[in-house]
Amino acid sequence: MTAIPKTINAGFDPLAARADFAIFEKPVYGKKLVYLDSAASSQKPRQVLDAMRDFAESEYANVHRGVHYLSAQSTDRYEAARRTVQTFLNAAHEDEIVFTKGGTEAINLVSYSFLAPRIQPGDEIVLSVMEHHSNVVPWHFLRERQGAVLRWVDVRDDGSLDVEALDAAIGPKTKLIAITHMSNVLGTVTPLKEIVARAHAKGVPVLADGCQGAVHEIVDVRDLDIDFYAITGHKLYGPTGIGALYGKRAHLKAMRPFNGGGEMIREVTRENVTYADPPARFEAGTPPIIESVGLAAAIDYMNSFDREAVKAHEHDLLTYARDAVRDFNWLRVIGDAPGKGAILSFETEGMHAHDVATILDREGVAVRAGHHCAQPLMERFGVASTSRASFAMYNTRADVDALVAALAKARKILS
Amino acid sequence: MMDDSLRELYQDVILDHSKHPRHFGPLEGATNTAEGYNPLCGDRVKINLIVDKNDRIADIKFEGRGCAISQASASMMTDMVVGRTVAEAEKLMGGFLHLVKGEDATDLKGDDREQLDVMAGVSAFPMRVKCATLAWHTMKSALEGGDTAKTE
Repeated sequence: MTAIPKTINAGFDPLAARADFAIFEKPVYGKKLVYLDSAASSQKPRQVLDAMRDFAESEYANVHRGVHYLSAQSTDRYEAARRTVQTFLNAAHEDEIVFTKGGTEAINLVSYSFLAPRIQPGDEIVLSVMEHHSNVVPWHFLRERQGAVLRWVDVRDDGSLDVEALDAAIGPKTKLIAITHMSNVLGTVTPLKEIVARAHAKGVPVLADGCQGAVHEIVDVRDLDIDFYAITGHKLYGPTGIGALYGKRAHLKAMRPFNGGGEMIREVTRENVTYADPPARFEAGTPPIIESVGLAAAIDYMNSFDREAVKAHEHDLLTYARDAVRDFNWLRVIGDAPGKGAILSFETEGMHAHDVATILDREGVAVRAGHHCAQPLMERFGVASTSRASFAMYNTRADVDALVAALAKARKILS
Repeated sequence: MMDDSLRELYQDVILDHSKHPRHFGPLEGATNTAEGYNPLCGDRVKINLIVDKNDRIADIKFEGRGCAISQASASMMTDMVVGRTVAEAEKLMGGFLHLVKGEDATDLKGDDREQLDVMAGVSAFPMRVKCATLAWHTMKSALEGGDTAKTE
């Protein structure tokens, strides 16, 4: 590779950001770590880890419980984190943000508490073939238990979503559209605003899986007018164990609780129980308190950069990688939708993704290999598994060069 | 310059088996059948056997697709168990499992040890052990009456 790694956007310096991530100081098999698996989980900057540690060492106690000093401090931080997420998604009200243990739980909450009571046998849920299993299996539950019908919307060969096909799939029995904001395999970004407009014209609510989308796109739930938007902390440079569901206030107020326990009640007697208002209604038990502080710190960290410039940087890496692999006539990229996010999935002729990933790994290059928890999509493209390189703010063109060199080596070894 | 453990893993013998698998394809008149599935990667393998009245494996074939390790492992396994009794095949499997897990494999003797030794490199790649064992678990499942085998 002859290209010199450089910063293409004056508004963002990836090398400066990279210095915040201690993991890059540690070699892998004696080689420099080239981490291209951020779509599975991103690395954590010191700012996030420090915030969690500082909080735990100085302000920590359980929330919404005690009258003592630390409980009040802790509660303040937890609720401040909620407001940080609210602002991040531009939600109208802080009580529209429910903390969950992740994106999966957020979607399951909607499935269980919002949709299940509305499903009669034969009612339909529209979803795309590129959904992650977390936005598939909760709807299969409703199919199994209540006779719901899953209506699958295909993607085009380039991985883009056919909005007309989606529109056509909405019928009188459609009760929800469940769609990703950004595919974790193809990188395809869906036109959420248009999807919501078309769905609402037919009276159908929309849930977006924003686990990838919120990382790479600037999300405005009010502008989208979307009903539900699920995010997870660990892909947002934040900790594991926390995510959030945005839900329109009217929806959340009408929903029954999912888990029962402490904090989600108004009053419990021997005969009866009444429930707290949202969001507490959906946050039974001790919530991920330290993690909420970490998530807020992660969002603050992301906002400390020009996010459009970060996006441009990630897109540059994608374009650079896309061009570099064009020389490999044995490599087929899956997903070339216009405006796609910084994910490069590919199939390698005569070489299984796991063998490729094993060889890349020994070069210090971490990619994901497998079905990416998106088996319906693998079926759509007729592959059992693919390799996936996903780019984040801390990656550089040098990382892409390392990937390309490692791929050439894999070819040499395996063919 | 190549990492020694990679060279060990992707030896020519293994690549040759994976590209030109022996005993690959359907099997007419199978007496025992099982399908194996690795939920981690989505790889599938189907094993068909003909076990004769003396409990001897008269023929065995496999179908499916997977990585070089799983294909080579299936190919070598089918090569080696033909003509053995079910008990002998299961004993061989025990030795093979020890070998790829990096455990004491002294129960593998002579030619068996020599042939399977090329798979020993897998033990340096813990994430890949399941790839190597899928076909063997599936064969065992087929011999025990057939069902879907899964690498846990």
